[in-house]
Amino acid sequence: MKQFDFDVIVVGGGHAGCEAAHASARLGAHTALVTLTEEGIGVMSCNPAIGGLGKGHLVREIDAFDGVMGQVADKAGIQFRLLNRRKGPAVQGPRAQADRKIYQAEMLSVTKAQVNLEIIIGEVTDLILTGSTITGVRIDGDRTLSAASVVLTTGTFLRGVIHIGDRQISGGRMGERPSNDLAKTLAAFDLPLGRLKTGTPPRLDGRTINWDGLDEQPGDDDPVMFSFLSNGPTARQVSCAITHTNEETHDIIRKNLDRSAMYGGHIEGVGPRYCPSIEDKVVRFADKSSHQIFLEPEGLEDHTIYPNGISTSLPEDVQLDYVRSIRGLEQADILQPGYAIEYDYVDPRALNLDLSLKAREGLYLAGQINGTTGYEEAAAQGLVAGLNAARRAKKLEPISFSRSDSYIGVMIDDLTSRGVAEPYRMFTSRAEYRLSLRADNADQRLTPKAIALGCVGQERQESFTRKKALLSKGRSRLDALVVTSRQLVDAGVSVSQDGAKRTAFEALAIEAVTWESLFVIAPEFREIDEDTRDQLAKDALYANYIERQKKDIDALRRDEAQVIPTDFDFSQIEGLSNELKTKLTRSRPSNIAQAGRIDGMTPSALLLLLSRVRSLKPGERAAG
Amino acid sequence: MDTIFALATAPGKSGVAVIRVSGPDAFACCRVFGFEPPKPRKTALRRLINEARGFLDEALVLTFEQGASFTGEPIVELHVHGSIAIINSVLDCLKDIPDYRSAGPGEFTRRALNNGMLDLTQVEALSDLIDAETEMQRKQALKGFTGRLREESEAWRADLIHALSLLEATIDFADEEVPIDVSDDVERLLSSVMRTMDQEIDGYGVAERVRTGFEVAIVGPPNAGKSTLLNTLAGRDAAITSEIAGTTRDVIEVRMDLDSLPVTFLDTAGLRETRDTVESIGIQRAMDRARAADLRVFLKGDGDFDKLIPRDHDIVVEGKSDLRSDGNGISGITGVGVQKLINDVKSYLLSHATSAGLVSHERQKLVLEEGRVALEKSLFFVQIGPDRYDLASEELRSAIFTLERLVGRVDVEDVLDKVFSSFCIGK
Repeated sequence: MKQFDFDVIVVGGGHAGCEAAHASARLGAHTALVTLTEEGIGVMSCNPAIGGLGKGHLVREIDAFDGVMGQVADKAGIQFRLLNRRKGPAVQGPRAQADRKIYQAEMLSVTKAQVNLEIIIGEVTDLILTGSTITGVRIDGDRTLSAASVVLTTGTFLRGVIHIGDRQISGGRMGERPSNDLAKTLAAFDLPLGRLKTGTPPRLDGRTINWDGLDEQPGDDDPVMFSFLSNGPTARQVSCAITHTNEETHDIIRKNLDRSAMYGGHIEGVGPRYCPSIEDKVVRFADKSSHQIFLEPEGLEDHTIYPNGISTSLPEDVQLDYVRSIRGLEQADILQPGYAIEYDYVDPRALNLDLSLKAREGLYLAGQINGTTGYEEAAAQGLVAGLNAARRAKKLEPISFSRSDSYIGVMIDDLTSRGVAEPYRMFTSRAEYRLSLRADNADQRLTPKAIALGCVGQERQESFTRKKALLSKGRSRLDALVVTSRQLVDAGVSVSQDGAKRTAFEALAIEAVTWESLFVIAPEFREIDEDTRDQLAKDALYANYIERQKKDIDALRRDEAQVIPTDFDFSQIEGLSNELKTKLTRSRPSNIAQAGRIDGMTPSALLLLLSRVRSLKPGERAAG
Repeated sequence: MDTIFALATAPGKSGVAVIRVSGPDAFACCRVFGFEPPKPRKTALRRLINEARGFLDEALVLTFEQGASFTGEPIVELHVHGSIAIINSVLDCLKDIPDYRSAGPGEFTRRALNNGMLDLTQVEALSDLIDAETEMQRKQALKGFTGRLREESEAWRADLIHALSLLEATIDFADEEVPIDVSDDVERLLSSVMRTMDQEIDGYGVAERVRTGFEVAIVGPPNAGKSTLLNTLAGRDAAITSEIAGTTRDVIEVRMDLDSLPVTFLDTAGLRETRDTVESIGIQRAMDRARAADLRVFLKGDGDFDKLIPRDHDIVVEGKSDLRSDGNGISGITGVGVQKLINDVKSYLLSHATSAGLVSHERQKLVLEEGRVALEKSLFFVQIGPDRYDLASEELRSAIFTLERLVGRVDVEDVLDKVFSSFCIGK
């Protein structure tokens, strides 16, 4: 057996790459992280913020696996806000403005500190194949490194082209060259490729902004952290400011539309609908006379301001014109112009649920290369790819996530079964089991699985075990006490005196019942600590719905367990329409649950597929 | 995949019989009968000549291409002379073609469903259409077959997805310039959907009756002339009549087409106290069926109606008018009053039938009721306000999924599409 230089090589030091390398190293795999420069590790190339709705959920899930994003973001956080704080816990998302420099420094430091992980500086120019299996990478054209698995996280660097007006610069980020050699290698794999675009706003010099009179947006009084291990912010906390575009801004943009890269016909890639450029906003929502702009500081020791809401591909002179038409920005200087970037992505339907390529063994893809957008989406895929790359190196079965256990599972399933039509971003509305998949219970959902896999450090194992013990103890105390509606009324709760008997836990599910009302009935509950009480209340709130969804989830898990072999011939299924056969052959669902979500799939067609999959002899199944 | 075939017209002798062939190799059967497949959707007169069996018949041949046929597959129709011998020999020839087999019950329709040519409500309506015996049944089934219920449910779905997108926008884009409180708009959408759903649920009873037939029970004391009246209505001796009270023991049904209305008249045992076990079972049945019937005709005679009480629209007349000196009432023997009774029954049922909805199957009604419950809960949370949109949205989602069971399925992309086209998202 040939000795590899590494178990796993991760190409790229962005959010996907870092998380992949760390996950792999945590599993004990000898891991190399190859990056162009050390400074490229943990760079936030777009807005200086982590988290949000759906995204915050992903960060918590990464953290539940002892990943790095949550802890680094907590260290770098300079303004924390829990979105939807007044709504139910299922739709609350933690978010923070992050200091870019602290984020990078922290990420570099945890990466250097991680055992089994080595940083290698260089450009990966080629992949090395043994037959159709990837067995390593070539660096800077001359060095080779071998590995059992390779994870590619090249972000927007594949045939990246930056557009500013009619000017085009080839590059993966402003000032950084694209990975065209690697793009050629991938092209030879004959993968389904597509083109996407995304954009950034001009960066402003904060010292030239007139902050007086602009609305201030402070952080929360009681900041909610990302990591289950963090206790509070460590960086100084600051506010953002809010300003607005106006008719004059819109006029300037309208007059210069033909000079915009996007409207001038220079861009073929599809951009995200939820992150439109200011040109798009002005054209598509012509009746709106004003759009909101968040002025976000890029760091405590940095006067760069990120004006969130005005990304653009207009020429620099127009950018300056319209920026200065905005209140507070009349004198503002642009430090770096906004630009649109176009890049190649691989149709994620070419991937298995463990993010390995179907067409080549040993190669995993994660992040923007799979058509997603966002740091959190990238990091979550990095986690999945890193874990599986390491498991492959150790000759272990792949692990996958389910729509019913995590947002990570929702995302991977969406990507691999439906592909993308625009850069994919996570939303809470994508999760059908949203009430169970909450940010607050990410550790309860996933940390046991992570511990079983062996990717959780000592500190977290101990803290999780402690928390879990407190929760189960608190829960059994609640379950053990029966509360009558009479008692609740006496405790000042307005419930109908239906004579119903509930456990204290069931009573907590009632809107009007608080811990204070339970204390009246059972003063000894005061002994339960506050964190545990909070969590129990959140668990109780949705208990009835979660019970109801259990049936659906069980059905889903059964369907997910009906694995379709990768070489399964869909054209041989009797009674299936040609159209469905074509669709199935194209998207190659990994299991019956995925097949069921293919557009146009009918229940009867699914039944046909299921019976055919079931009828496969064990030998045939193993062939997959 | 197999190509299937079957006699599409009723078995037995007839002027013309149609044999339908559907499947990927359907066109191949033409060559087995010695000719090239004619152009799709053009009639062609062809001699069916089989190598082994010789000249079978002269037939009208029609072909349909894939995607433009009833099943969605290539179809060939052979219109042959309706002789049992011809039909059998053509079917025998088809059986011998490789990958051909005789179609199972409902298999053509099943393929239409699989290929998305029909949705579930259309399949249900198609079987109603084939079973339709009266004009009213035909009209009702046709409404379903042409997709009226699907159209209606798609309109609901559009409104509900709109409502859901409003809720989801406030949740997923809390940091953007979207409204915070959308309760009024959502409430308006939900209430209007619930209103039309209620109409459909209310109209179910009647629609179901139009589909399966109305029941009119003839009740009264023993020997009031009920069976004789039934026989007159039926125009035949459906029930045994005699002078002996208590002749009718079981419930006797006669199905009739009353000017397009499907009606089943029920003759029932005479109502009286009895110690005879068999008769008392018959009386119990009479009462049960009469209570469940859409209308009751009470024939007066010697004795009362026992525990059965006429309701508002029920018809109460004197029986055996032929034996009465005043000539009032009704008589199955002389026919006096029969036409008036038919008219009364008809006008009552007709006034009733106009309220028939599109929902005519219990499955459809149950789906609607289930969806209705979820909508009601959703509305409850919407009215509490933005703090409870998490649960409002959960219930609404569940309502949409439930309603989708009428025809298809829902997709989160639909919700996001709506969100993106309605709001300027992206700060």
